Amino acid sequence: MRPVYAISGGVSKFAKSRPDKSFQALVKEAYDYAIDDLGLSFPVFTDNVDGSVASYFSDHFSRQLMAAILAQDYLGLCPKPSHRVEGGGATGGLCFQEAWKSIASGHMDVVVAYGFETMSHVETWKGNEFIALASDVSFDYPVGGFYSGYYAMMVTRHMKEFGTTVEQMAHVSVKNHLNAFHNPYAQKRNRYTIQDVRDATMVAWPLTRLDICVMSDGAAATVLASEEGIKKLEKAGAKIPLPLVKVTGIGRGTDAMRMSDRPHVDFDDFIQNYATQQEKDSQETMKYYQDLWNHGTRYPGVHSFRAGRTAGNMAYKHAAIHDPLTELDFIELHDAYTSSEIQTYEDLGLCRYGEGGPFAASGKAFLPNIEYGLDLADEPVCPVNPSGGLIACGHPVGATGLMQAVFAIWQLQGSIHKHFKDKTLQVKDARKGAIHSHAGTGTYVTVSILEKE
Amino acid sequence: MAKIPKKQLETLGGTIVHNLPFPLDTSPEALVWLKKMAPIQIEQPYSIVYLHSYAQDSPWFAGLSNKKILANKDPETGYTYATPRGHDMYTGDETDWIDITERKAAVHAFTVCHFGSEAFLEETPYVLVLVKFEGVNTLLLSRLMGIDPEQATLDWIGMELKPQFLRNSKIKPTDVYFIPA
Repeated sequence: MRPVYAISGGVSKFAKSRPDKSFQALVKEAYDYAIDDLGLSFPVFTDNVDGSVASYFSDHFSRQLMAAILAQDYLGLCPKPSHRVEGGGATGGLCFQEAWKSIASGHMDVVVAYGFETMSHVETWKGNEFIALASDVSFDYPVGGFYSGYYAMMVTRHMKEFGTTVEQMAHVSVKNHLNAFHNPYAQKRNRYTIQDVRDATMVAWPLTRLDICVMSDGAAATVLASEEGIKKLEKAGAKIPLPLVKVTGIGRGTDAMRMSDRPHVDFDDFIQNYATQQEKDSQETMKYYQDLWNHGTRYPGVHSFRAGRTAGNMAYKHAAIHDPLTELDFIELHDAYTSSEIQTYEDLGLCRYGEGGPFAASGKAFLPNIEYGLDLADEPVCPVNPSGGLIACGHPVGATGLMQAVFAIWQLQGSIHKHFKDKTLQVKDARKGAIHSHAGTGTYVTVSILEKE
Repeated sequence: MAKIPKKQLETLGGTIVHNLPFPLDTSPEALVWLKKMAPIQIEQPYSIVYLHSYAQDSPWFAGLSNKKILANKDPETGYTYATPRGHDMYTGDETDWIDITERKAAVHAFTVCHFGSEAFLEETPYVLVLVKFEGVNTLLLSRLMGIDPEQATLDWIGMELKPQFLRNSKIKPTDVYFIPA
């Protein structure tokens, strides 16, 4: 496969509601920014882009089937090839990887991946209903019908299994909201305390409003290119932002839609099929897991995301990463819930299964130059969601995974200051980062690794 | 010969317009103002009734209507699904029906929903549980009654349960719910 570079990106302002623009115009807001960052005009970019991939989750929110072709048309990209991808909350991550495939395969040289969601067109509770239709409509939706409830069930099991606490979850909320204070694209830019998070309105026990991301309107776009594509754009007058950012790892995983169907595998199965190489190489970790299993833990059950672990392992193998905590300089991961950020620490091998709670409160996933008002025992090692993540930026589903890609590109280019007008969130000497996109209760998960050349 | 209508039928209802300002002057200079105009937002009601088939899972719903909880079991391996599944995910074989109504059941995970989808808002707070049945490999999502939703505690996990059935079956998975045993 050919090398693929993520050369530019743009993000619209995410907001609870953007009635000022149609979804097509929202996409153009992000798309124009990405083109402008390449130093190209709209017509010249149009002449040089080979095709696109479009990302949006739900036809219900816009009440518009084939919305992607309306965006393609609005961007002036017809008759170039395109297709829409959909995989719940992971739609944006899937879109990014589909664009990568088009280039890695040699099929195209310059591809734009764009995504959007306009969730404000219905009341929040109707929106919850639409999202809950991404659960089994025969067996899950009629009983629960509420995604926050599904995630809350997963975390009660995680708490029971591993001793994870609501205060540890609240650390994630405090971190992500305060990181977002320095991100002009974010919509919830606030300083909170652990107590604020716990005192917020209870949504689904034990998750409060400050543990949960908000439905939003927004769009994002990234431009990917081969070496030949970069040359082509430069010949057309582009000034590709340097250093170049290369996509070096791609991973995906899946799991059963119905949480109830997920397996509870034994120790040998877990070690053989799911343990990271780093875990397998450590006798101490093998003993740790044996002890967990001796106490009754089974995998993944409803407390862990097998799809996330599978995607991470695949991407790490592709990118030759052995110790993600020390080899990755930052991660933008899918924190639709504080609890799922903690579960994802474990899936991505930043810590062992069962240690996500203490890891969240340790300080290792925080930024070094922000005073969070928390008593953190450890120095930052690998900042997670330096942008503020979904919890603070918002979660316009089809845009979110691409938003993560854009922020990762900017981190690796060292251009956070240029785009945010604030350098606080720039991870110093960032060389390697991961983006992680996750669909409903862990059904589809993507992990992509980006590296500075 | 039928009369061909010349006039569109006028009806009451539709969009209620509170205010729709527009420039009196439509010169290009005046119309520049339109780029500063706030968006018009209208209501678009949308309602649909689906004819939904429970297909191969239909016997499970018939079971609930008759106060029985059925499960599916792989005929070779014995792997058993509390939530119906016509084919086993490991062997690919068609599963058989078994009755698990009398099996011991317990809370595997739970939450109390203080909010919900529009369809369930009036039922809040309600308790969701993933139920583990003895000798069954997978779980069942259900509702838990008979406990105070304001007193949620992790101690509920592991609590033994017994099924209750709606007297008037709605042919929905909520025809069964659980209470502490």
